[in-house]
Amino acid sequence: MTDWIDIASLENVPKRGARMVKTAFGCVAVFRTAENEVFALDNACPHKAGPLAEGIVHGKSVTCPLHNWVISLETGEAQGADEGRVATYPARVENGRILLDRVFLKARVAA
Amino acid sequence: MTQKLIVIGAGMATGRMLETLVEAEADYDITLINGEARGNYNRIMLSPVLSGDKTYDEIVTHDDEWYKLYNIKTRFGCFVQNIDRAKRTVTTDAGEVLPYDKLVFGTGSNPFMIPLPGHDLEGVIAYRDLEDTQRMMDLGPAHKCVVIGGGLLGLEAAAGMAARGIDVTVVHIMGHLMERQLDEAAGYLLRKALVDKRITVKCTANSKEILGDSGKVKALLLDDGTELPCNLLVMAVGIRPNIKLAQDAGLAVGRGIHVDDQMVTSDADVLAVGECVEHDGAIFGLVAPLYDQARVAAQTLMGEDAQFVQKELSTKLKVTGCDLFSAGDFADGEGREDIVFRDPGRGVYRRLVIEENTVKGAVMYGDTADSNWFFGLIRDKTDISDMRDTLIFGPAYQGGTPLDPLAAVAALPRDAEICGCNGICKGQIEDAIANGATDLGTVRSATKASGSCGTCTGLVEQVLAVTLGDEFVVPAAAAICGCTDMTHEDVRRMIKSQRLMSMPAVWQECGWKTSCGCHVCRPALNFYLLADWPLEYQDDPQSRFINERKHANIQKDGTFSVVPRMWGGITTPDELRAIANAADKYMVPTVKVTGGQRIDLLGVRGEDLPDIWADLNAAGMVSGHAYSKGLRTVKTCVGTDHCRFGTQDSTGLGIKLEKELWGSWTPHKLKLGVSGCPRNCAEATCKDIGVICVDSGYQVSIGGAAGMDVRETELMVQVATEEEAIDVIKAVTQLYRENAKYLDRIYKWMGKVGHDWIKERVEAEGPALVDRFELSQSIYRQDPWAEHAQTKADRYQPLANLSLEAAE
Repeated sequence: MTDWIDIASLENVPKRGARMVKTAFGCVAVFRTAENEVFALDNACPHKAGPLAEGIVHGKSVTCPLHNWVISLETGEAQGADEGRVATYPARVENGRILLDRVFLKARVAA
Repeated sequence: MTQKLIVIGAGMATGRMLETLVEAEADYDITLINGEARGNYNRIMLSPVLSGDKTYDEIVTHDDEWYKLYNIKTRFGCFVQNIDRAKRTVTTDAGEVLPYDKLVFGTGSNPFMIPLPGHDLEGVIAYRDLEDTQRMMDLGPAHKCVVIGGGLLGLEAAAGMAARGIDVTVVHIMGHLMERQLDEAAGYLLRKALVDKRITVKCTANSKEILGDSGKVKALLLDDGTELPCNLLVMAVGIRPNIKLAQDAGLAVGRGIHVDDQMVTSDADVLAVGECVEHDGAIFGLVAPLYDQARVAAQTLMGEDAQFVQKELSTKLKVTGCDLFSAGDFADGEGREDIVFRDPGRGVYRRLVIEENTVKGAVMYGDTADSNWFFGLIRDKTDISDMRDTLIFGPAYQGGTPLDPLAAVAALPRDAEICGCNGICKGQIEDAIANGATDLGTVRSATKASGSCGTCTGLVEQVLAVTLGDEFVVPAAAAICGCTDMTHEDVRRMIKSQRLMSMPAVWQECGWKTSCGCHVCRPALNFYLLADWPLEYQDDPQSRFINERKHANIQKDGTFSVVPRMWGGITTPDELRAIANAADKYMVPTVKVTGGQRIDLLGVRGEDLPDIWADLNAAGMVSGHAYSKGLRTVKTCVGTDHCRFGTQDSTGLGIKLEKELWGSWTPHKLKLGVSGCPRNCAEATCKDIGVICVDSGYQVSIGGAAGMDVRETELMVQVATEEEAIDVIKAVTQLYRENAKYLDRIYKWMGKVGHDWIKERVEAEGPALVDRFELSQSIYRQDPWAEHAQTKADRYQPLANLSLEAAE
C-alpha cells in the first residue's frame, strides 16, 4: 500500500537540480531532471557519504560533489567502475506537486 | 417517427458527426446553430489561409449546397440564449424556440486571454476564427505584431504573418518553444528556423502590461522593462473548453462538459463532442480524437453500440515548414534510457525514450519520415532489443552505419571561420587541400591556419579528414568527455564561429551524443558560453559545481567554508569584529588564515549560508570567491605605506586590481600578487599574474604556479603607471578567458599557445580586450552573496521537514 505525502511544488526544485528533505531517519535528496521527472534517494554517496543533493544532475544521473562518483537516479547504483548503491524511494509528480511515499520513508528506520 | 436533432456549434467535430449521420441516412430532422456567421470549415487550415497558401473557400468543409442537399436547417450567426431541458427546447437570441429530441453540444473552446493590464485595447486579439485571421491578414507589410505564446497556435500565427512581410516578435514565458511537445534541443532547432524567417523570438519572457495610445494597442511591456512596439497583439496562450451554456443548462461540467464513453452528458438526451468535452479527466485539442468522438456520437444517436476510447497520441506537425513529431511519453517515469541522434548538417534531431526494451516516447525534428514506424513501435510496445544499436536510424538502417563523428565539421559552410587568429575560413583550407596540401603542416604553411595559438588544430585536422576522406586519419585528440568527440578547443571555436549562444545550440551543432551533457562538459560549456556571450547567455547554476552554485566551498562532511573578501588583504577592526561575531553566532568550528591573506570560516551548515552572508554584508563585506574558477585574491605587501624598501604603493594597486577584477569567471582559478619591491614579499612571481614594483614602474609577469607544479612567472611587460598595469592585466585576463581550455591555469595555457603569442595579442589588441572584459564585468562584477541572501535564501533550506511526519 502506498500513502503519498505532498512535499512541495515541482517548481521549488530547479531543473537538473535537487533539494533535500529532512526525515527523522536522515536526509533524502529529491531530484528533478530536465524532463521534469523526480527521484528520491538517500542524500549520502556510498563512497564517502557526500551530499548527493549538491551534485550536478545530468540525464538520469547525479555526480557526487565530493569525488565525482556518478549515481543512477533510477537504481541508486554507482555507475562505471565504482561499486556501491544508495537507497531509492518512490517519488512522483502529480498536478505540479512532488509526492513521496510515507510508508517507504518509515521503512527506512526498519532497514 | 423522425426525431428532431439540434446541434450547437459548427466545428470540426460536429461537422464530422453530421457527415456520419447523413451518410448512414439516419432518421433525424437536423438543425445546426452556429455563432460564427458561416458553417463548418477546417479550422486547422486557418494557418495556410493566413500565410496565403490557401483561400477561405478552399477550407470550407461543408457549404450551403451541402446543407441543402441533406436537408439540414441552419441558423448561422445565431447564439443560443437558453435551454429548457424539461421541455426539451432551445431558445435562440432571435427569440426562436426550437424543440428537440436529441441535443448535441459542439461549443468548442474559447481562447484564453491573459488578464494583463491593457488586454481590452483595440488591436489585441486571439487566434481562433476567420475574423482573427482576417485581422492579421489586413495588417499589411511593414507593420509590427507581437504574438504572446510560443505554442503551436502562436507560432503558426507568427509564421503566417512573417510570410506576409509583417515584423513579428514571439514572446514565450517558458525556456523553449512548444515545451509541451518538444524537448530543449528540438525547441532550439525550431527557434533557429523561426529566426531564419526573420521572426524575433523571446523565451523566458514575462509580459507585464499592454501599452496603448488612445485606446489602441501600441506596445507590449515585459517585466524586464523591454518595450516591444506593435500595431497588433495576438494572444495565443491556450484554450479553455466553452462550457458556459452547458453549465447554465445544469449539465455536469468540470474543466469540460462531462461525457461518458458514448459521448452522452449527464442528461441522456444531450450529447457533447469536441473541444468542449471532458472524458475520463481528459480534454482534447488535437483533431484525431475529436473525429473519433464524432463517429461515436453519431453511432450513439443512431442507437448503435459504440465506445470512445482514448488512444496513445502522436503529434506530427509542420510549423513554418519545419517538420516536427512527438509521441508517447518522453517525460515522466522511471527506468528509462535515451537514444539521441543529431545530424547538425541537416538540422535533424531524434530522441527515443526506451523502457524495458520498448520505445515509450519519441521526439523528432527536421526529418519525420520514419515517424509512423516509431509511433508503431510505441503503440505496439514492440520489443526492440535486437535492433537497439541501429534503432535510431529508422527502419531503413537496421544493421546500418554508425554515427559519423565528423558530421559537425562536415556541416560547416565554407565561410565558417576555423582559425580565429588568422581569420582563415573552412573554404580556404579546402582550397589549400585542393591545391595539394595533405596534412596539418602543409595546410598551416599554405594558409597559416592553426599556426598561431594552435587551439583550432583539431578542427583543421577534421576539415582535412572530411575533405580527403580515408587518405587522412585524424590523430586521436582527447574529447571533452563521453558526450562528444570534439575537444575543448574544437567546441570553443564552434561556439565563436557558429555563434552558438545556448547549451542546446552547442549540443545540437556539435553533435552531442547525450540529451543534456554530463558533469564534465556542462561546467565547461557554461563557462565558454558566458565568457564568449556575456550579454546573450544566461549563466546556468545547474551546470556549475556545487561550490560555484552555492558560493561557498563544500567540505568533506557536507558543510561549507565561508571566506569574505578582504581587498588586497587589508581589513579593519570592525570587519574582524563582524567576522568574530558571525563565527560565534553560527558556531563555526574552525577559523583559519589562508595563504591568500583572507580569513576562512570552516564548517558552516548549508542552511546557515544566507544568514551568515547577510551578517557579513551588513558589515560591508562581500563574497571572497574563494570557491570559484574566477578571480580569487590579490595578495599584497605593505609597499610604500610602511615598508622602508617599498618602491610603489603595492597595497593600493592590489586593492584597485581586486576591485576591477572581482566577480569575473575564468577557465580556472586566478590568483594575483603585487609586491612593492623585488624582495617580493607577496610572492607575486609564483602567481597566475604577478606584479613586481620597481622604481621606474611595474613589471607584469604571468604563468606562475605553486601547486602540483611550481613555476616562476615570465615577464610580459614593464609599464610606467598603475593604469597601464591594470589595463595589461585586464587584457591578459580577457585573452585567457576567451581562449584557454576550461580548467587550464594560465601556465598550462601558456605552455600550449606560447608566451610570445600572448604578448603579441595583448600588444596588438589591448584596448579591445579591455573593452570586452569590461562588458562582461558590467554583468558579473557583483556580490553573489547579497543576491542569494536577498532573493534565493529559501533554496538553501530543506525542501520539507518530515521529521515529525514519519515519527507519527
